[in-house]
Amino acid sequence: MIMNGRKITVGGGERRLSGGAEKSELFILREWQLMLCLYLFKCTESDIISTVEFNSTGELLATGDKGGRVVVFQREQESKNQPHRRGEYNVYSTFQSHEPEFDYLKNKTVKLWKISERDKRPEGYNLKDEDGRIRDPATITSLRVPVLRPMDLMVEATPRRVFSNAHTYHINSISVNSDYETFMSTDDLRINLWNLEITNRSFNIVDIKPANMEELTEVITAAEFHPHQCNTFVYSSSKGSIRLCDMRASALCDNHSKFFEEPEDPSNRSFFSEIISSISDVKFSHSGRYLMTRDYLTVKVWDLNMESKPLETYQVHDYLRSKLCSLYENDCIFDKFECVWNGSDSVIMTGSYNNFFRMFDRNTKRDVTLEASRENSKPRAILKPRKVCVGGKRRKDEISVDSLDFSKKILHTAWHPYENIIAVAATNNLYIFQDKCRAG
Amino acid sequence: MINTMECAVDAQSLISISLRKIHNSRTQRGGIKLHKNLLVSYVLRNARQVYMNEKYAEIYRMQQYEEVMTVCNEIQELNPLDLVEDCEEQTADCCGSANESASLCGALLPVSHQAPSVQHLQPSSACSVPLALQSEEVCKAPEPSFYRSCCAEAYPVSNCDFSPVNSMHCNKTTVLDLDTHVVTTVENGYLHQDCCASLQQCCQGAQSPAKKRKLDFGYYVSEIEEVPDFTPCKRAKFEDSSYASTEPLDTSNISNLISIFGSGFSGLVSRQADLEQALNGQFCSKQALASLGAWTRAIVAF
Repeated sequence: MIMNGRKITVGGGERRLSGGAEKSELFILREWQLMLCLYLFKCTESDIISTVEFNSTGELLATGDKGGRVVVFQREQESKNQPHRRGEYNVYSTFQSHEPEFDYLKNKTVKLWKISERDKRPEGYNLKDEDGRIRDPATITSLRVPVLRPMDLMVEATPRRVFSNAHTYHINSISVNSDYETFMSTDDLRINLWNLEITNRSFNIVDIKPANMEELTEVITAAEFHPHQCNTFVYSSSKGSIRLCDMRASALCDNHSKFFEEPEDPSNRSFFSEIISSISDVKFSHSGRYLMTRDYLTVKVWDLNMESKPLETYQVHDYLRSKLCSLYENDCIFDKFECVWNGSDSVIMTGSYNNFFRMFDRNTKRDVTLEASRENSKPRAILKPRKVCVGGKRRKDEISVDSLDFSKKILHTAWHPYENIIAVAATNNLYIFQDKCRAG
Repeated sequence: MINTMECAVDAQSLISISLRKIHNSRTQRGGIKLHKNLLVSYVLRNARQVYMNEKYAEIYRMQQYEEVMTVCNEIQELNPLDLVEDCEEQTADCCGSANESASLCGALLPVSHQAPSVQHLQPSSACSVPLALQSEEVCKAPEPSFYRSCCAEAYPVSNCDFSPVNSMHCNKTTVLDLDTHVVTTVENGYLHQDCCASLQQCCQGAQSPAKKRKLDFGYYVSEIEEVPDFTPCKRAKFEDSSYASTEPLDTSNISNLISIFGSGFSGLVSRQADLEQALNGQFCSKQALASLGAWTRAIVAF
């Protein structure tokens, strides 16, 4: 999902637009406070949130669910009358983008929606009355000019573009270019480049499908344009590698400019080595100097100038390493976690199980585990850091690995482009937290 | 080298779990997930490598053991009466029913040494403690506990059952050579031969598991040749067991694995219409068999 002003591109995956920067020190010590929680009382598979995204200014926040429904939140303007409600997010618009049943098998369509507001309507037509019925011209004795009168705000979403029939496999990500003229859509084996104005034609820029499908050894898992260089993009693979490509080099970018891969540690080899090294998300930093990748157990930060190994590696939930067999049996090992940067690229955040999500401060190397759950969240409640007990004596507030609820997973999160406001999707519930210090 | 210490389930269970995932994915809503199936095939390959290494190690040990046993048997020719007494004692201890146990046990002795009472075959017998064990003890051969009494489940059923739970209770792999009609069972990693007649009854009595066996078989036969640490003497032994040789394949390349599913894997990415056909396991197993060519057919079942 991409938000660009009041345009939303909906297809699959989640991509960030670049925003401003903010200094944050001792970030991990800040306290996070619940701003909003959108609960759904029913939870069918259609209600599971599949993507969360802020727009480039942070004024709008959009979520999409597996049923194809999009909900957009808007931030209230600060009001002198109600200073304590400064900057709350409220539901702004909701619309159905994709049909869950019919489009499920053909999840290969990208739609561009425009959201518009209408708060005035014309009155005083000559040829029709207020109900819209046509008037008999013989009854018209005078003419008037229609005027616009205020009305209750109506927010409409209209599909402006439908980009379809270019993908054989499921689309796993879309990314709008920094030129705002093109975007790319990615499936397991191909990446296509589109012009936002042209819906019936796309260019294939990456194709890793082998001539003989029996020789297939890896698929594309995510792709993103560079935040500033419109000719540069990266894509990640199921083998744990990232390729950086320059579209100026050739029309078909099968040959990469850079290849990022960390050699496997042979002492860590297990039945599931290939699965846990598959990259589930890749994100450029706002600065464009770094890359972040998420695999099953870690988050890694790469310097674009160093291909041989990551700059930093953070353990998200290493206590799961001894549970990989069970996680394979119940399919949890295939969960695709996303990761996000904060506005200043100093903190990274990603989700885990039991409705936990983790933040890592790159400067201080400190980290924190927080929980997004209904039981622990009253309005304005402060989140308490959580800890998982990995063996030995369990302290009072700790939770043991065997008590973790693996059905409660946080796959999608979003960070405001320059403020400390985060959105966390926990299955069918959306939580928005803000930094208490900022809120005053 | 794959570190299996941290894994709670063994390689064989992982193989059955993985095959089940691939099979289920064909009927799942939303179409085939290429990425997930690719990852599952990697687990399958890793588990196969570990399983094969363990199996070959055991077969090699058994081969050495058999050589020792042959020598012991020649020594025992001098005292046949002592042998029969020992057998009846030991089998009674083992299973509580001399008749029942002796049926399968009898298959292991050279024919000339079998007592008349052990000729009757009982397909439902569960015990396969071989009489060779007795000879072994008399010979004071190494590792008297090498052959263990098997599980309590009825013999044909346990081999035909595909659920991972059962395969964990009774880790048996049965190999039937269709040409020589010799049945070989690998149980908890130990190899011994059972009577062919009982397995024939098993096959007749259980049709749907037999289909599944074809699927597994295609998978196994093709991979036999890939184990890199196969010593020449082991290879010779296995060729005797009727696995034909194929062209050498790179173990790191899963293409051979995929070729076992034949167009079954390509079928994973084909159109909807093909999926309908692929949904019944027959499609995949036929493809697996069709790709065998001139190989001698052996059926491997869990």
